[in-house]
Amino acid sequence: MSRSLNAVANVTRRELSGYFSTPVAWVFIVIFLVMAGVFTFYIGSFYERGIADLEPFFQFHPWLYLFLVPAIGMRLWAEERRSGTVELLLTLPITTWQAVLGKFLAAWLFVGLALVLTFPVWLTVNYLGGPDNGVILAGYIGSWLMAGGFLAIASCMSALTRNQVVAFILSVVVCFGFLLSGLPMVMNLFTGWAPQLLLDAIANFSFLAHFAAISKGVIDLRDLVYFGLVMILWLLATTIVLELKKAD
Amino acid sequence: MSELRIEAKSLCKNYGSLVAVDNLSFDVGAGEVLGFLGPNGAGKSTTMKMLTGFLAPTSGTAEINGHDIVNDSLAARRCIGYLPEGAPSYGEMTVRRFLEFIARSRGFEGKEAVRAAGFAIERLNLKRVPEQTVETLSKGFKRRVGLAQAIIHDPSVLILDEPTDGLDPNQKHEVRHLIREMSSEKIIVISTHLLEEVHALCNRAMIISDGRMLVDDTPAGLIARSRYHDAVTLVIEQPERVASVLSELPEARKVELREGELTVFPAEGCKLFQVISDAVREHDWSVSELRLEAGRLDEVFRQVTQGGDAQ
Repeated sequence: MSRSLNAVANVTRRELSGYFSTPVAWVFIVIFLVMAGVFTFYIGSFYERGIADLEPFFQFHPWLYLFLVPAIGMRLWAEERRSGTVELLLTLPITTWQAVLGKFLAAWLFVGLALVLTFPVWLTVNYLGGPDNGVILAGYIGSWLMAGGFLAIASCMSALTRNQVVAFILSVVVCFGFLLSGLPMVMNLFTGWAPQLLLDAIANFSFLAHFAAISKGVIDLRDLVYFGLVMILWLLATTIVLELKKAD
Repeated sequence: MSELRIEAKSLCKNYGSLVAVDNLSFDVGAGEVLGFLGPNGAGKSTTMKMLTGFLAPTSGTAEINGHDIVNDSLAARRCIGYLPEGAPSYGEMTVRRFLEFIARSRGFEGKEAVRAAGFAIERLNLKRVPEQTVETLSKGFKRRVGLAQAIIHDPSVLILDEPTDGLDPNQKHEVRHLIREMSSEKIIVISTHLLEEVHALCNRAMIISDGRMLVDDTPAGLIARSRYHDAVTLVIEQPERVASVLSELPEARKVELREGELTVFPAEGCKLFQVISDAVREHDWSVSELRLEAGRLDEVFRQVTQGGDAQ
C-alpha cells in the first residue's frame, strides 16, 4: 500500500515541479487570477449588488474552467507521447493507473493552488461586510471538485492524441457537453421523445447543477459522490485509452 | 532473484493486419551480450517494448529472471534497465532531479535515491552537468543521461534500443566502452543496425526481419557465413593476367576482379592464403597488397535479410 502511494506521490511531485520549471504555471495562474477578477468585479457586478457574498465570483468559474482547465490538461499525456517519455514512464515498475492518478493529482493540486491564490477576493468581501464564510468555503470546495471533473476529462482526451491542440479542442467540446447537459436548451432537444429516465440521467450529468448545489452552501453527499465518480471514471478511461494506444 | 535469464516464448505482435513480430522464441543467459540486428521496421524495437512491459504481446509471452512479463509485469520490470529508442527524458528537469525521480520510481527512498542518482552521475561521467536541464545538453550527454537512468538500480538485465544511434565516433566509442564494462555479470540486449557494433560489443547476434528470426549465431559464426570468409584479396599489377593464372589453381573456386582488387574465393575446405603467396613468389608478381578476408558482415546481413545472393 505505502509502496503504491509512494509511486503515485513520486509521479505527482515530478509533474508539479515540471509545471513550475516552465512558464506554464505562471502564465496559467496570472491569467486565472486576472480573469476571475474581471468576471467578479465587472461582469458579475460585485459592488453594485451590495450583497456580501461571493456568488458573482463563483458563478463564472464553470466558464473560466471550460477553457483554462483543458489548457492545463492537454499536455498531461499528449506531451509524454510526443516526446517519447511515456515509454520511459510506463516501463518503470509503476502501474499505468498509478501514473495516470499521479499526473492527474499534480494538475488538480495546481488548479487548487490557483484557486487558493484568489484569497484577496475573500479578504475583500470580509472587509466590506459579513459574509457567510461557510458558504464561501463550500463554494471553493465545489469549484475545486468541478475543476477536477474537467481535468479528468482533459486527461482522457490528452491520452487520445499526441497533438496538444487536438487534445485541447476535444477537451473543450466534451467539457462543454458536461457543463450544459442540464440546461433547458439541451434538455429541449430530448424532451418529448426521450424516456423520463434518460432525461433525468442527462440532467444529472450537468456539472452546473451539482456545482450550484454545493456553492449554495449545501454539501450534499450525492454531489460529492457525483464529482468523485466523474473523476474516477474518466481517469479509468484514461488508463484504458493509454493501454490501447501505446503502440502508435 | 534466482536465475539470470530472458526467455521469450513464441512472442507475437500484430498492429491491425500488420505482423510486427512473428513467433519469436529465444533464450539469453548471464554474461551474454545479445545484438539484435535487422533492417528498419524488422520488429527489433517492438520486441524490446514487449520485453520491457511497454507493449502487451498479441500472443506468446516472455520471462525475465523467471517473472512473466504479462502476468507479473512489475516484478519483471524491476529486473530491467531500459533505454528506449532516442533516449527520451524530461527535458525541463535537471539531470540530478531526473535521476532522483527515476531512483524513487525504482523504489529508492529519501537519501538512498540521492545516493543512487549520485552514483549514476559518477558512473556515466555526468559530473560536469548535474544541475543543467536535460534539454540544454548535447546529444552525447543526453544519451548518457538515458544510460544513467537505465543502470541506476544496477539491473541484472539491460535492454538498450539503439544506444549509439546518432552519436559521433568518439561518443560511440565511449558508450560502447561503458556497455562492455558492465557486461560481465548481466544480460545485455542491444538493438542496432550498425554491423560494426555487433563486432565491437556482442558475443551473440540475432538477425530478424519482418518479425521473424533468421539467424542466431555468434558474431564470428555470422561472419563465417560470408562468401568472403577465408577469401584472399590482392592488389596487383596486370590483374587480368594474374586472374587467369589463379583461376587454374585447384584450391580456387572462383576469381573476381572488382575496382582493381582481385579476390580469390576458396574451394570447399581449402586454405588459400599460403597457396597464393607461394604463387606470387613463384611468378614474381608485383603485389602492393595481399590480405586474408575475415568475411563481410554487411554482405551477410544483406544476404540473410534479402534472401538472395548479395552482390
